Amino acid sequence: MQLAKEVKYLIHKEVLLEWRSKYTINGVLLYVVSTIFTCYLSFVSLGDKLTWNALFWIIMLFASINGVSKSFLQETKGQQLYSYILASPAAVLISKTAYNTILMLVLTTIALGFYTLVFDSFTPPDLVMYYIAVVLGSISFSTVFTMVSAIASKAGNGGMLMAILSFPIIIPVLILLIKLAKNAVDGLPWENSYDEIAMLLVVNVLMVATSLLLFPYLWRD
Amino acid sequence: MNKTWWKILGSVLVIYTAIAGLLLGVPHLPILNETIRNLYFHVPMWFAMIVLFSISVFYSVRSLSSKSEIDDIKAVESVNAGIIFGILGLITGAIWAKYTWGQFWSFDPKQNFAAISILLYFAYLILRNAIDEEQKRAKISAIYNIFAFPMMVVLLFVLPRLKDSLHPGNGGNPGFNSYDLDSRMRMVFYPACLGWILIGYWVYTIRFRIRTIETIMNTPTVDEVNGVRDSFVTAEDRSITNENKQQHN
Repeated sequence: MQLAKEVKYLIHKEVLLEWRSKYTINGVLLYVVSTIFTCYLSFVSLGDKLTWNALFWIIMLFASINGVSKSFLQETKGQQLYSYILASPAAVLISKTAYNTILMLVLTTIALGFYTLVFDSFTPPDLVMYYIAVVLGSISFSTVFTMVSAIASKAGNGGMLMAILSFPIIIPVLILLIKLAKNAVDGLPWENSYDEIAMLLVVNVLMVATSLLLFPYLWRD
Repeated sequence: MNKTWWKILGSVLVIYTAIAGLLLGVPHLPILNETIRNLYFHVPMWFAMIVLFSISVFYSVRSLSSKSEIDDIKAVESVNAGIIFGILGLITGAIWAKYTWGQFWSFDPKQNFAAISILLYFAYLILRNAIDEEQKRAKISAIYNIFAFPMMVVLLFVLPRLKDSLHPGNGGNPGFNSYDLDSRMRMVFYPACLGWILIGYWVYTIRFRIRTIETIMNTPTVDEVNGVRDSFVTAEDRSITNENKQQHN
Protein backbone atom coordinates (compact mmCIF):
# COMPACT_ATOMS: atom_id res chain seq x y z
CA MET A 1 0.00 0.00 0.00
CA GLN A 2 2.87 2.27 0.93
CA LEU A 3 4.53 1.37 -2.38
CA ALA A 4 1.41 2.24 -4.38
CA LYS A 5 1.20 5.61 -2.64
CA GLU A 6 4.85 6.38 -3.32
CA VAL A 7 4.55 5.29 -6.96
CA LYS A 8 1.47 7.47 -7.43
CA TYR A 9 3.21 10.45 -5.89
CA LEU A 10 6.37 9.99 -7.95
CA ILE A 11 4.46 9.60 -11.22
CA HIS A 12 2.55 12.75 -10.35
CA LYS A 13 5.89 14.49 -9.73
CA GLU A 14 7.30 13.34 -13.07
CA VAL A 15 4.23 14.40 -15.00
CA LEU A 16 4.14 17.76 -13.23
CA LEU A 17 7.83 18.41 -13.95
CA GLU A 18 7.34 17.48 -17.58
CA TRP A 19 4.18 19.56 -17.83
CA ARG A 20 5.97 22.62 -16.54
CA SER A 21 8.91 22.47 -18.91
CA LYS A 22 7.39 20.36 -21.73
CA TYR A 23 10.97 19.82 -22.83
CA THR A 24 11.17 16.05 -23.35
CA ILE A 25 7.81 15.59 -25.00
CA ASN A 26 8.17 18.50 -27.39
CA GLY A 27 11.81 17.73 -28.07
CA VAL A 28 11.22 14.09 -28.91
CA LEU A 29 8.09 14.94 -30.85
CA LEU A 30 10.00 17.38 -33.02
CA TYR A 31 12.74 14.77 -33.37
CA VAL A 32 10.26 12.15 -34.57
CA VAL A 33 8.47 14.50 -36.93
CA SER A 34 11.66 15.83 -38.49
CA THR A 35 13.10 12.30 -38.85
CA ILE A 36 9.94 11.09 -40.57
CA PHE A 37 9.98 14.13 -42.81
CA THR A 38 13.65 13.58 -43.68
CA CYS A 39 12.91 9.94 -44.46
CA TYR A 40 10.00 11.01 -46.64
CA LEU A 41 12.17 13.47 -48.53
CA SER A 42 14.92 10.93 -49.11
CA PHE A 43 12.74 7.93 -49.94
CA VAL A 44 9.86 9.86 -51.60
CA SER A 45 7.97 6.61 -52.06
CA LEU A 46 8.59 3.36 -50.27
CA GLY A 47 8.82 0.37 -52.54
CA ASP A 48 7.39 -2.30 -50.30
CA LYS A 49 5.64 -2.83 -47.02
CA LEU A 50 8.66 -4.41 -45.38
CA THR A 51 10.73 -1.23 -45.70
CA TRP A 52 7.80 0.85 -44.51
CA ASN A 53 7.53 -1.23 -41.36
CA ALA A 54 11.26 -1.50 -40.63
CA LEU A 55 11.75 2.24 -41.13
CA PHE A 56 8.97 3.03 -38.67
CA TRP A 57 10.53 0.85 -35.98
CA ILE A 58 14.01 2.24 -36.51
CA ILE A 59 12.64 5.78 -36.13
CA MET A 60 10.77 4.71 -32.98
CA LEU A 61 13.89 3.04 -31.58
CA PHE A 62 16.00 6.18 -31.80
CA ALA A 63 13.18 8.42 -30.63
CA SER A 64 12.61 6.26 -27.56
CA ILE A 65 16.32 6.07 -26.76
CA ASN A 66 16.35 9.86 -26.77
CA GLY A 67 13.13 10.17 -24.80
CA VAL A 68 13.55 7.47 -22.19
CA SER A 69 17.25 7.94 -21.51
CA LYS A 70 16.37 11.38 -20.16
CA SER A 71 14.73 9.75 -17.15
CA PHE A 72 17.91 9.10 -15.20
CA LEU A 73 20.63 10.75 -17.26
CA GLN A 74 19.06 14.18 -17.02
CA GLU A 75 18.55 14.16 -13.27
CA THR A 76 21.00 16.01 -11.11
CA LYS A 77 22.68 14.46 -8.11
CA GLY A 78 20.40 16.51 -5.87
CA GLN A 79 17.22 15.30 -7.53
CA GLN A 80 18.36 11.71 -7.21
CA LEU A 81 19.14 12.22 -3.55
CA TYR A 82 15.69 13.76 -3.07
CA SER A 83 13.90 10.72 -4.47
CA TYR A 84 16.32 8.45 -2.61
CA ILE A 85 15.25 9.92 0.70
CA LEU A 86 11.62 10.17 -0.30
CA ALA A 87 10.81 6.71 -1.62
CA SER A 88 11.88 3.10 -1.83
CA PRO A 89 14.00 2.07 -4.83
CA ALA A 90 11.22 -0.15 -6.15
CA ALA A 91 8.83 2.82 -6.14
CA VAL A 92 11.35 4.96 -8.01
CA LEU A 93 11.90 2.33 -10.69
CA ILE A 94 8.21 1.50 -11.11
CA SER A 95 7.22 5.14 -11.32
CA LYS A 96 9.93 5.94 -13.86
CA THR A 97 8.99 2.92 -15.98
CA ALA A 98 5.29 3.75 -15.79
CA TYR A 99 5.88 7.38 -16.63
CA ASN A 100 8.13 6.45 -19.55
CA THR A 101 5.50 4.02 -20.81
CA ILE A 102 2.88 6.77 -20.78
CA LEU A 103 5.28 9.13 -22.52
CA MET A 104 6.17 6.55 -25.16
CA LEU A 105 2.50 5.68 -25.74
CA VAL A 106 1.66 9.31 -26.43
CA LEU A 107 4.70 9.72 -28.66
CA THR A 108 4.30 6.53 -30.68
CA THR A 109 0.61 7.19 -31.23
CA ILE A 110 1.33 10.64 -32.61
CA ALA A 111 4.27 9.29 -34.59
CA LEU A 112 2.19 6.49 -36.11
CA GLY A 113 -0.48 8.98 -37.08
CA PHE A 114 2.04 11.29 -38.71
CA TYR A 115 3.82 8.40 -40.37
CA THR A 116 0.68 7.04 -41.99
CA LEU A 117 -0.18 10.60 -43.04
CA VAL A 118 3.18 11.16 -44.74
CA PHE A 119 3.59 7.72 -46.29
CA ASP A 120 -0.10 7.43 -47.03
CA SER A 121 0.26 4.59 -49.53
CA PHE A 122 0.94 2.03 -46.83
CA THR A 123 -1.63 2.24 -44.10
CA PRO A 124 -1.53 -1.18 -42.43
CA PRO A 125 -4.68 -3.12 -43.29
CA ASP A 126 -4.96 -4.44 -39.74
CA LEU A 127 -4.64 -1.20 -37.82
CA VAL A 128 -5.78 -2.68 -34.48
CA MET A 129 -3.07 -5.34 -34.55
CA TYR A 130 -0.49 -2.77 -35.61
CA TYR A 131 -1.52 -0.58 -32.73
CA ILE A 132 -1.16 -3.52 -30.33
CA ALA A 133 2.40 -3.90 -31.64
CA VAL A 134 2.99 -0.19 -31.06
CA VAL A 135 1.66 -0.42 -27.49
CA LEU A 136 3.80 -3.47 -26.74
CA GLY A 137 6.75 -1.68 -28.30
CA SER A 138 6.28 1.36 -26.06
CA ILE A 139 6.13 -0.85 -22.98
CA SER A 140 9.20 -2.88 -23.87
CA PHE A 141 11.26 0.13 -24.92
CA SER A 142 10.51 1.87 -21.65
CA THR A 143 11.18 -1.17 -19.42
CA VAL A 144 14.55 -1.87 -21.05
CA PHE A 145 15.72 1.71 -21.54
CA THR A 146 14.73 2.86 -18.05
CA MET A 147 16.95 0.27 -16.39
CA VAL A 148 19.81 0.73 -18.86
CA SER A 149 19.67 4.51 -18.49
CA ALA A 150 19.91 4.03 -14.71
CA ILE A 151 23.03 1.90 -15.24
CA ALA A 152 24.51 4.39 -17.71
CA SER A 153 23.82 7.35 -15.44
CA LYS A 154 25.50 5.64 -12.49
CA ALA A 155 28.48 4.81 -14.68
CA GLY A 156 28.67 8.56 -15.28
CA ASN A 157 29.30 8.40 -19.02
CA GLY A 158 25.93 9.17 -20.53
CA GLY A 159 25.15 9.01 -24.23
CA MET A 160 27.56 6.52 -25.74
CA LEU A 161 27.25 3.93 -22.98
CA MET A 162 23.47 4.14 -23.25
CA ALA A 163 23.58 3.09 -26.90
CA ILE A 164 26.21 0.39 -26.43
CA LEU A 165 24.50 -1.18 -23.44
CA SER A 166 20.94 -1.04 -24.70
CA PHE A 167 21.29 -2.11 -28.34
CA PRO A 168 22.21 -5.76 -27.76
CA ILE A 169 19.37 -6.03 -25.24
CA ILE A 170 16.77 -4.31 -27.39
CA ILE A 171 17.61 -6.08 -30.69
CA PRO A 172 15.73 -9.32 -29.84
CA VAL A 173 12.72 -7.29 -28.70
CA LEU A 174 12.90 -5.21 -31.86
CA ILE A 175 13.01 -8.34 -34.03
CA LEU A 176 9.87 -9.66 -32.32
CA LEU A 177 8.16 -6.28 -32.72
CA ILE A 178 9.00 -6.01 -36.41
CA LYS A 179 7.72 -9.55 -36.96
CA LEU A 180 4.49 -8.79 -35.11
CA ALA A 181 4.01 -5.51 -36.95
CA LYS A 182 4.75 -7.23 -40.26
CA ASN A 183 1.97 -9.71 -39.55
CA ALA A 184 -0.36 -6.74 -39.11
CA VAL A 185 0.89 -5.08 -42.30
CA ASP A 186 0.35 -8.30 -44.23
CA GLY A 187 -3.12 -8.57 -42.71
CA LEU A 188 -2.60 -12.10 -41.39
CA PRO A 189 -5.24 -13.59 -39.09
CA TRP A 190 -4.62 -12.88 -35.40
CA GLU A 191 -3.81 -16.50 -34.52
CA ASN A 192 -0.46 -16.12 -36.30
CA SER A 193 0.62 -13.33 -33.97
CA TYR A 194 -0.18 -14.88 -30.59
CA ASP A 195 3.31 -16.41 -30.32
CA GLU A 196 5.02 -13.04 -30.71
CA ILE A 197 2.65 -11.27 -28.32
CA ALA A 198 3.16 -13.94 -25.65
CA MET A 199 6.92 -13.84 -26.17
CA LEU A 200 7.01 -10.03 -25.87
CA LEU A 201 4.98 -10.17 -22.67
CA VAL A 202 7.30 -12.83 -21.24
CA VAL A 203 10.39 -10.78 -22.12
CA ASN A 204 8.83 -7.71 -20.49
CA VAL A 205 7.93 -9.54 -17.31
CA LEU A 206 11.48 -10.95 -17.22
CA MET A 207 13.02 -7.50 -17.69
CA VAL A 208 10.81 -5.85 -15.06
CA ALA A 209 11.50 -8.64 -12.56
CA THR A 210 15.28 -8.50 -12.97
CA SER A 211 15.20 -4.70 -12.89
CA LEU A 212 13.22 -4.70 -9.64
CA LEU A 213 15.67 -7.17 -8.10
CA LEU A 214 18.78 -5.28 -9.19
CA PHE A 215 17.75 -1.65 -8.95
CA PRO A 216 18.06 -1.38 -5.13
CA TYR A 217 21.76 -2.28 -5.42
CA LEU A 218 22.28 0.25 -8.17
CA TRP A 219 20.36 3.01 -6.43
CA ARG A 220 22.35 2.91 -3.21
CA ASP A 221 25.64 4.72 -3.72
CA MET B 1 39.08 -27.64 -7.62
CA ASN B 2 42.80 -27.22 -6.91
CA LYS B 3 43.60 -30.80 -7.79
CA THR B 4 45.13 -31.69 -11.13
CA TRP B 5 43.03 -34.74 -11.98
CA TRP B 6 40.31 -32.77 -13.73
CA LYS B 7 42.84 -30.87 -15.84
CA ILE B 8 44.34 -34.17 -17.00
CA LEU B 9 40.85 -35.56 -17.59
CA GLY B 10 39.90 -32.50 -19.66
CA SER B 11 43.04 -32.70 -21.80
CA VAL B 12 42.68 -36.44 -22.35
CA LEU B 13 39.02 -36.07 -23.31
CA VAL B 14 39.74 -33.27 -25.78
CA ILE B 15 42.62 -35.17 -27.38
CA TYR B 16 40.42 -38.28 -27.54
CA THR B 17 37.56 -36.41 -29.20
CA ALA B 18 39.91 -34.76 -31.68
CA ILE B 19 41.23 -38.17 -32.78
CA ALA B 20 38.06 -40.22 -32.42
CA GLY B 21 35.92 -37.44 -33.86
CA LEU B 22 37.90 -37.50 -37.09
CA LEU B 23 38.44 -41.26 -37.34
CA LEU B 24 35.38 -43.07 -35.97
CA GLY B 25 32.47 -43.83 -38.22
CA VAL B 26 29.50 -41.51 -38.52
CA PRO B 27 26.05 -41.99 -40.03
CA HIS B 28 25.76 -40.73 -43.60
CA LEU B 29 23.01 -38.19 -43.90
CA PRO B 30 22.15 -36.19 -47.01
CA ILE B 31 23.73 -32.69 -47.30
CA LEU B 32 25.60 -33.10 -44.00
CA ASN B 33 27.74 -36.09 -45.06
CA GLU B 34 31.10 -35.93 -43.27
CA THR B 35 30.53 -32.39 -41.97
CA ILE B 36 28.42 -34.01 -39.28
CA ARG B 37 31.71 -34.38 -37.39
CA ASN B 38 31.54 -30.67 -36.68
CA LEU B 39 29.05 -31.60 -33.97
CA TYR B 40 32.04 -32.65 -31.84
CA PHE B 41 33.88 -29.36 -32.31
CA HIS B 42 31.15 -26.73 -32.71
CA VAL B 43 28.48 -27.61 -30.14
CA PRO B 44 30.85 -28.13 -27.16
CA MET B 45 32.06 -24.51 -27.64
CA TRP B 46 28.56 -23.25 -26.84
CA PHE B 47 28.27 -25.57 -23.85
CA ALA B 48 31.58 -24.28 -22.50
CA MET B 49 30.48 -20.68 -23.15
CA ILE B 50 27.16 -21.14 -21.35
CA VAL B 51 28.90 -22.75 -18.37
CA LEU B 52 31.45 -19.92 -18.16
CA PHE B 53 28.78 -17.21 -18.45
CA SER B 54 26.74 -18.96 -15.76
CA ILE B 55 29.80 -18.97 -13.50
CA SER B 56 30.15 -15.27 -14.23
CA VAL B 57 26.54 -14.54 -13.26
CA PHE B 58 26.97 -16.58 -10.09
CA TYR B 59 29.97 -14.52 -9.03
CA SER B 60 28.27 -11.29 -10.07
CA VAL B 61 25.36 -12.11 -7.76
CA ARG B 62 27.82 -12.97 -5.02
CA SER B 63 29.88 -9.83 -5.50
CA LEU B 64 26.74 -7.70 -5.10
CA SER B 65 26.26 -9.00 -1.58
CA SER B 66 29.85 -9.76 -0.56
CA LYS B 67 31.40 -6.67 -2.23
CA SER B 68 34.65 -8.63 -2.47
CA GLU B 69 37.12 -7.82 -5.21
CA ILE B 70 37.89 -11.51 -5.73
CA ASP B 71 34.31 -12.24 -6.78
CA ASP B 72 34.42 -9.33 -9.22
CA ILE B 73 37.65 -10.59 -10.82
CA LYS B 74 36.15 -14.07 -11.07
CA ALA B 75 33.08 -12.67 -12.81
CA VAL B 76 35.04 -10.68 -15.39
CA GLU B 77 37.57 -13.42 -16.10
CA SER B 78 34.91 -16.04 -16.69
CA VAL B 79 33.29 -13.63 -19.16
CA ASN B 80 36.67 -13.20 -20.87
CA ALA B 81 37.11 -16.96 -21.14
CA GLY B 82 33.48 -17.40 -22.24
CA ILE B 83 33.87 -14.85 -25.04
CA ILE B 84 36.82 -16.85 -26.43
CA PHE B 85 34.58 -19.91 -26.64
CA GLY B 86 31.74 -17.89 -28.13
CA ILE B 87 33.99 -16.59 -30.90
CA LEU B 88 35.35 -20.10 -31.51
CA GLY B 89 31.75 -21.32 -31.71
CA LEU B 90 30.94 -18.67 -34.31
CA ILE B 91 34.07 -19.52 -36.33
CA THR B 92 33.51 -23.30 -36.28
CA GLY B 93 29.88 -22.69 -37.21
CA ALA B 94 30.86 -20.37 -40.07
CA ILE B 95 33.39 -22.85 -41.50
CA TRP B 96 30.76 -25.59 -41.36
CA ALA B 97 28.23 -23.27 -42.98
CA LYS B 98 30.64 -22.59 -45.86
CA TYR B 99 30.58 -26.30 -46.81
CA THR B 100 26.90 -27.00 -46.23
CA TRP B 101 25.08 -23.70 -46.84
CA GLY B 102 27.63 -22.28 -49.28
CA GLN B 103 28.48 -19.14 -47.35
CA PHE B 104 30.45 -18.37 -44.21
CA TRP B 105 27.80 -15.97 -42.98
CA SER B 106 24.34 -16.25 -44.48
CA PHE B 107 22.49 -14.21 -41.85
CA ASP B 108 20.75 -17.25 -40.51
CA PRO B 109 18.81 -16.39 -37.32
CA LYS B 110 20.97 -18.68 -35.23
CA GLN B 111 24.15 -17.01 -36.45
CA ASN B 112 22.72 -13.54 -35.92
CA PHE B 113 21.43 -14.19 -32.41
CA ALA B 114 24.69 -15.85 -31.36
CA ALA B 115 26.60 -12.82 -32.64
CA ILE B 116 24.27 -10.44 -30.76
CA SER B 117 24.72 -12.37 -27.52
CA ILE B 118 28.49 -12.03 -27.92
CA LEU B 119 27.90 -8.28 -28.43
CA LEU B 120 26.13 -8.21 -25.07
CA TYR B 121 29.29 -9.37 -23.36
CA PHE B 122 31.48 -6.97 -25.32
CA ALA B 123 29.18 -4.24 -24.02
CA TYR B 124 29.77 -5.59 -20.52
CA LEU B 125 33.54 -5.30 -20.97
CA ILE B 126 33.24 -1.77 -22.37
CA LEU B 127 31.05 -0.78 -19.44
CA ARG B 128 33.82 -1.98 -17.14
CA ASN B 129 36.39 0.11 -18.99
CA ALA B 130 34.20 3.20 -18.71
CA ILE B 131 34.27 3.25 -14.91
CA ASP B 132 37.46 4.03 -13.02
CA GLU B 133 36.43 3.57 -9.43
CA GLU B 134 36.86 -0.10 -8.52
CA GLN B 135 33.98 -0.56 -6.08
CA LYS B 136 31.57 1.23 -8.36
CA ARG B 137 32.82 -0.70 -11.38
CA ALA B 138 32.30 -4.01 -9.58
CA LYS B 139 28.77 -3.07 -8.57
CA ILE B 140 27.51 -1.59 -11.83
CA SER B 141 29.06 -4.21 -14.09
CA ALA B 142 27.68 -6.99 -11.89
CA ILE B 143 24.22 -5.45 -12.26
CA TYR B 144 24.55 -5.25 -16.04
CA ASN B 145 25.85 -8.81 -16.19
CA ILE B 146 22.85 -10.15 -14.28
CA PHE B 147 20.48 -7.98 -16.33
CA ALA B 148 21.95 -9.22 -19.61
CA PHE B 149 22.03 -12.93 -18.75
CA PRO B 150 18.29 -13.68 -19.14
CA MET B 151 18.38 -11.80 -22.45
CA MET B 152 21.23 -14.02 -23.63
CA VAL B 153 19.19 -17.09 -22.71
CA VAL B 154 16.25 -15.70 -24.70
CA LEU B 155 18.54 -14.93 -27.64
CA LEU B 156 20.20 -18.32 -27.79
CA PHE B 157 17.44 -20.71 -26.78
CA VAL B 158 14.04 -19.11 -27.33
CA LEU B 159 14.12 -16.73 -30.30
CA PRO B 160 15.75 -19.10 -32.83
CA ARG B 161 12.78 -21.45 -32.31
CA LEU B 162 10.33 -18.77 -33.43
CA LYS B 163 12.23 -18.11 -36.65
CA ASP B 164 12.91 -20.30 -39.66
CA SER B 165 16.50 -21.39 -39.51
CA LEU B 166 18.58 -23.75 -41.60
CA HIS B 167 20.50 -24.79 -38.51
CA PRO B 168 20.28 -28.50 -37.68
CA GLY B 169 17.53 -29.05 -35.15
CA ASN B 170 15.42 -26.19 -36.54
CA GLY B 171 12.60 -26.17 -39.02
CA GLY B 172 12.57 -29.88 -39.85
CA ASN B 173 16.32 -30.14 -40.41
CA PRO B 174 17.79 -33.19 -38.70
CA GLY B 175 19.02 -32.23 -35.23
CA PHE B 176 20.94 -33.95 -32.54
CA ASN B 177 17.98 -36.10 -31.54
CA SER B 178 18.03 -37.85 -34.88
CA TYR B 179 21.76 -38.56 -34.66
CA ASP B 180 21.21 -39.63 -31.12
CA LEU B 181 20.01 -42.99 -32.39
CA ASP B 182 23.57 -43.58 -33.48
CA SER B 183 25.46 -44.56 -30.36
CA ARG B 184 28.82 -44.11 -32.08
CA MET B 185 28.31 -40.36 -32.14
CA ARG B 186 27.16 -40.28 -28.57
CA MET B 187 30.43 -41.97 -27.55
CA VAL B 188 32.36 -38.96 -28.84
CA PHE B 189 29.92 -36.10 -28.33
CA TYR B 190 29.39 -36.38 -24.58
CA PRO B 191 33.13 -36.67 -23.76
CA ALA B 192 33.76 -33.71 -26.08
CA CYS B 193 31.29 -31.53 -24.17
CA LEU B 194 32.71 -32.50 -20.80
CA GLY B 195 36.29 -32.10 -22.03
CA TRP B 196 35.76 -28.63 -23.47
CA ILE B 197 33.86 -27.46 -20.40
CA LEU B 198 36.78 -28.60 -18.23
CA ILE B 199 39.29 -26.90 -20.55
CA GLY B 200 37.19 -23.73 -20.44
CA TYR B 201 37.11 -23.82 -16.68
CA TRP B 202 40.88 -24.34 -16.66
CA VAL B 203 41.41 -21.31 -18.93
CA TYR B 204 39.24 -19.30 -16.57
CA THR B 205 41.19 -20.36 -13.45
CA ILE B 206 44.51 -19.48 -15.12
CA ARG B 207 43.19 -16.08 -16.21
CA PHE B 208 41.83 -15.52 -12.71
CA ARG B 209 45.22 -16.32 -11.14
CA ILE B 210 47.09 -14.01 -13.53
CA ARG B 211 44.63 -11.22 -12.80
CA THR B 212 44.91 -11.67 -9.02
CA ILE B 213 48.71 -11.54 -9.16
CA GLU B 214 48.49 -8.40 -11.32
CA THR B 215 46.09 -6.79 -8.87
CA ILE B 216 48.36 -7.59 -5.93
CA MET B 217 51.39 -6.25 -7.80
CA ASN B 218 49.57 -3.08 -8.82
CA THR B 219 48.38 -2.37 -5.29
CA PRO B 220 51.02 -0.12 -3.71
CA THR B 221 52.44 -1.01 -0.32
CA VAL B 222 52.52 1.51 2.53
CA ASP B 223 56.22 2.25 1.90
CA GLU B 224 55.56 2.91 -1.79
CA VAL B 225 52.70 5.28 -1.01
CA ASN B 226 54.92 7.18 1.43
CA GLY B 227 57.70 7.23 -1.16
CA VAL B 228 55.43 8.82 -3.78
CA ARG B 229 54.21 11.37 -1.24
CA ASP B 230 57.76 12.26 -0.27
CA SER B 231 58.83 12.67 -3.88
CA PHE B 232 56.19 15.38 -4.34
CA VAL B 233 57.23 17.24 -1.22
CA THR B 234 60.56 19.02 -1.73
CA ALA B 235 62.99 20.04 0.99
CA GLU B 236 61.93 23.67 0.46
CA ASP B 237 58.27 22.82 1.18
CA ARG B 238 59.29 21.09 4.34
CA SER B 239 61.28 24.07 5.62
CA ILE B 240 58.27 26.33 4.88
CA THR B 241 55.89 24.07 6.81
CA ASN B 242 58.38 23.92 9.67
CA GLU B 243 58.54 27.73 9.75
CA ASN B 244 54.74 27.90 9.84
CA LYS B 245 54.65 25.47 12.69
CA GLN B 246 57.15 27.53 14.65
CA GLN B 247 55.14 30.72 14.01
CA HIS B 248 52.02 29.02 15.25
CA ASN B 249 53.81 27.82 18.31
